[in-house]
Amino acid sequence: MAFAHRRDGRAALLYLLPAAVVLLALLAYPIYQLVVISLYDYGQPQASGAAPLVFLGVDNYVTLLSDPRFWDVLLTTVVFAAVCVVGTLLVGTALAVLANRARTVPRTLLFLAALGAWATPTMAGSYVWLFLFDQDFGLVNEALGSLGFDGMRGHSWTFERFSAFGLVAAEIIWCSFPFVLVTMYAGIKAIPGEVIEAAALDGASARRTATAVILPILRPLLMIATIQSIIWDFKVFTQIYVMTNGGGVAGQNLVLNVFAYQKAFAGEQYGLGAAIGVVMTVLLLLITGLYVRAQRGVR
Amino acid sequence: MRRGQLVVDVACVVIAAVVAFPLYWMVLSALKPAGEVQSANPRPWTGAPTLDSFRRVLDVENFGLYFVNSLVVALLVVALSLVVSFLSAVALTRFRFRGRTVLVVMLLVAQMVPVEALTIPLFFLMRSFGDVVPAIGLNQLGALVVVHLAFSLPFAIWMLRGFVATVPDELAEAAALDGASRFRFTWQVLFPLVAPGLVAASVVSFIHAWNDFLFAKTFLISGTDNRTLPLGLLVFFKPEEQDWGAIMAGSTLMTLPVLAFFLIVQRHLVSGMAGAVKG
Repeated sequence: MAFAHRRDGRAALLYLLPAAVVLLALLAYPIYQLVVISLYDYGQPQASGAAPLVFLGVDNYVTLLSDPRFWDVLLTTVVFAAVCVVGTLLVGTALAVLANRARTVPRTLLFLAALGAWATPTMAGSYVWLFLFDQDFGLVNEALGSLGFDGMRGHSWTFERFSAFGLVAAEIIWCSFPFVLVTMYAGIKAIPGEVIEAAALDGASARRTATAVILPILRPLLMIATIQSIIWDFKVFTQIYVMTNGGGVAGQNLVLNVFAYQKAFAGEQYGLGAAIGVVMTVLLLLITGLYVRAQRGVR
Repeated sequence: MRRGQLVVDVACVVIAAVVAFPLYWMVLSALKPAGEVQSANPRPWTGAPTLDSFRRVLDVENFGLYFVNSLVVALLVVALSLVVSFLSAVALTRFRFRGRTVLVVMLLVAQMVPVEALTIPLFFLMRSFGDVVPAIGLNQLGALVVVHLAFSLPFAIWMLRGFVATVPDELAEAAALDGASRFRFTWQVLFPLVAPGLVAASVVSFIHAWNDFLFAKTFLISGTDNRTLPLGLLVFFKPEEQDWGAIMAGSTLMTLPVLAFFLIVQRHLVSGMAGAVKG
């Protein structure tokens, strides 16, 4: 060590101070506040200071857990996130394998396109997909119409529940597969050629090499990509809010995050919204445990 | 074998075209004259490109101002986040003190907090801040800056930690022998050496701040002068009479800076990501 140890503590404190102030004030304290608000009857009168706060204890949670609507939204969120995660991983990994076999020019083109999709802001991506699938002026309906599917002219993709979810899922997979592609491609490239050669010398078939040699090496990376995708897709907000206009017809496309936002800021039930936030945080922190384990496995 | 190679290459190019198509369509629709965009027979090209849609969003809808607002927020977040996270990364890798491991684990956990769930407490926090320091209260860009700074720090520190750790101790010893103070070593030797990490961290913070829609929508509730781009686009999107040409022009304006940023730093980005994964 180059530096005197005794003075390290004080210097470290100084260096850590700015980050500590920001993180305590704007991350730790709000988390504490989220829990506190979820224990109160916190509506517009309380928020504006016109009415006193009433401590409810776990009443907001009881209300929430006995609301069939909440369970419906929770189930929807889990299934929707699962579809997006599986789709993203399949597309990203398949394209990583493809890119590994392709020659330089096609591979570069693929990476440039993926980089473009990755870089597109969520808002812009949502609108472009919405426009492509627009009822009256969308290219997709026009193309389907000219292919003979006359019923598709004037078809609304966002009116029906599952087609609206499908459209949002397609947009999410489009903008999130590049992360998996880059991660998995880097992983495949990092496998030493000797390992593959040794497997071939031992008489392993291409399929056996893929399942018994390559996959185990890539598993930790795949795990990280999976958990990262779960975290992103579980708390999706912008795409649902923008593409289904705030949660779809009669709230048919609500996911937890949008549900909490609507309860709090449209319904002015901040306490209930905060309770949904707490439930969401707890669910995601459970996933965090898995992530930490995966990180440990990599090293 | 050669036939197989051709199939792979062709598949690669076709998929690249499909993936890039929405972007092409966005730019194309932004350049089409209004009559061609709002047409029941959209064509994948245009004979008469025009900047009318861009003029419409920039002049009539004040997008120029929203663009500057978004840029100010994102750049401030990047600059502040780089300095603050670099300092913390140095402390966490090059100094020995009690509780260091605990802090590192907490950073990892902090990355997993669904910040979207914090809109409610942060809304009230910003309202209180506004009474003391108006610049970071509700309806102010400062509120977005501090919030995104906080959200970007855990990942940025985590990523930079890996980079700072790769700088050998001998370098610090050599610098000390040459009479450089710890402060000088940190800023004149260490800081430039971890440039790839700084680039990767800044791309991530920039994109988070630039893309943010939820917090802009929550904090900027009245007045239009401080709107950021996503909020401007949302207001522009009217359920019944969409001006798709203008929406695509706005989306294009929003995408261009990120795309440029990405293309410039892509090499560093991939190595930076790899560093973080290994970290």
